[in-house]
Amino acid sequence: MSWSSWLLATLQALLYVALAPALVGWVRLAKARLQNRRGASIVQPYRDLFKLFAKESRMAHTASYVFRVAPYVVFVSTWLAASAVPLFATDLPTAAIADIIVIAGLLALARFFLALAGMDVGTAFGGMGSSREMFVSALAEPAMLVAVFTLAMSAHSTNLVSVVNFQLLDESGLRPSYIFALAGMILVAIAETGRIPVDNPATHLELTMIHEAMILEYSGRHLALMEWAAHVKLLLYGALLANVFWPWGIAQDISLVGLFFGMVTILFKLAILGLALAVGETVLAKMRLFRVPAFLNLALLLSLLGMLSHVILEVGA
Amino acid sequence: MTPEHLPFLQQLMLMLAATALFTSFVLLEQARLTAAVHAFAWQGFLMAMITILVAAGTQHTHLFFSAALTLGLKALLIPAMLHRLIRRLGLDRHREVLRHPVVVIMMAVALVIFSYWLVLPIIRQEFNFTRNIVALSLAVVLIGMLMMVVRQQAVAQVLGFMSMENGLFLAAVSATGGMPLVVELGVAFDVLVAMILFGVFFFQIRDSIDSLDVDRMSRLTERDDET
Repeated sequence: MSWSSWLLATLQALLYVALAPALVGWVRLAKARLQNRRGASIVQPYRDLFKLFAKESRMAHTASYVFRVAPYVVFVSTWLAASAVPLFATDLPTAAIADIIVIAGLLALARFFLALAGMDVGTAFGGMGSSREMFVSALAEPAMLVAVFTLAMSAHSTNLVSVVNFQLLDESGLRPSYIFALAGMILVAIAETGRIPVDNPATHLELTMIHEAMILEYSGRHLALMEWAAHVKLLLYGALLANVFWPWGIAQDISLVGLFFGMVTILFKLAILGLALAVGETVLAKMRLFRVPAFLNLALLLSLLGMLSHVILEVGA
Repeated sequence: MTPEHLPFLQQLMLMLAATALFTSFVLLEQARLTAAVHAFAWQGFLMAMITILVAAGTQHTHLFFSAALTLGLKALLIPAMLHRLIRRLGLDRHREVLRHPVVVIMMAVALVIFSYWLVLPIIRQEFNFTRNIVALSLAVVLIGMLMMVVRQQAVAQVLGFMSMENGLFLAAVSATGGMPLVVELGVAFDVLVAMILFGVFFFQIRDSIDSLDVDRMSRLTERDDET
């Protein structure tokens, strides 16, 4: 690996952090337009983050060092997980750690500290948010892993880059297992990023919030880091869905034209996904919390069917 | 042989068969009767499409007739009759809550694995065109049977019965290139007659126990301690 590929890997990691608020801004803008509002500009999340970084950060008296450390741990581990997911090129040195199980582990680490921080101050809302977050993620994780194993069984590797390369080689393959795994992954991504049928990112309504409840006590730069980590997570799942299921256009070798083309296609794909998310959030209503198990049960069922149809229809006979 | 080496027709057929299995799961879990009838109609439609693809791929031209028959009967006529029945019985908004949805789903998944294990020796004999769809069709039959066991609503049980018939039809199409046309016509007519008889039975059951919840029929005493 030459220095130029390391440079590109660094560029990709920085792009994840730089682009994430834009994706959130785009989803919010599209949603506002769909609801006949004018909506804030696409750069509004950047302005919010900038404002929060400039403000003073306050701590509750009861907060321990966990509360102080958590924003950094959450942000860094989410960022690390994101930088392993191929964004516009596959042939990067980060491919070595782009294993889906590693990424799931890093995200679980981030979630663990997020839940700890929610409980640390000892307010009722924080604890409630943490317990709900763990409830949702405990149900989402098996579905995600089964979907991932379905892909891994086709590609014979849990490495994301191998999965992407396999998908690029496999030209006319209409695989039932991929369709089911895709459907399962979409449901899991919605649950994990806290979007509408599971959690509403736009409100602070006491009885329904999950993610907002955990970060209620944060202010200033800590809040900014928490929010930013959530944005990066949304971009991570967007890039994961886009590149694993529609990898066409991603740069496989390092050339100027290829990289430029890869960049344009991923931006296009993310814009489409963001639009789809906005439409989904406008059409659907938020579920009651105790309907969420049924939702994630469906995700698990779809992933399981993906795996079974892979074994029965694609390998057997 | 991996899927990407197969002709497109065959890939499409595998896709449709997998979707048909998914509709079986939807039927099993759907609480609203109207939505369940819709799922059943989609399953019938998928069966017809699979039959057309098999007919196109294997030159069994008589399969086109049975595809048309399936489309007309199972995707249109029987669902329309069921919708009419549900309206007349006043069950449009009826919701039936399964007691342990997760357990039921996992049982159905276990049935899929069991049916795969069961057909493994048959598969070794090599069906060229339809590959492993036999396993899926057996799974559809078994899930239909499971549905008749776990559902208490009489209409839902009839849906389970009909989807079992769908599974048998799929098995016949995928394993032997369809049944002779006479047999197929006979079965189609039987299903239609069964549907009409079920309709009569629904009204009878409702008149005698005042509900379509079949669980109430297992109680022997006439004492009504619930109301």
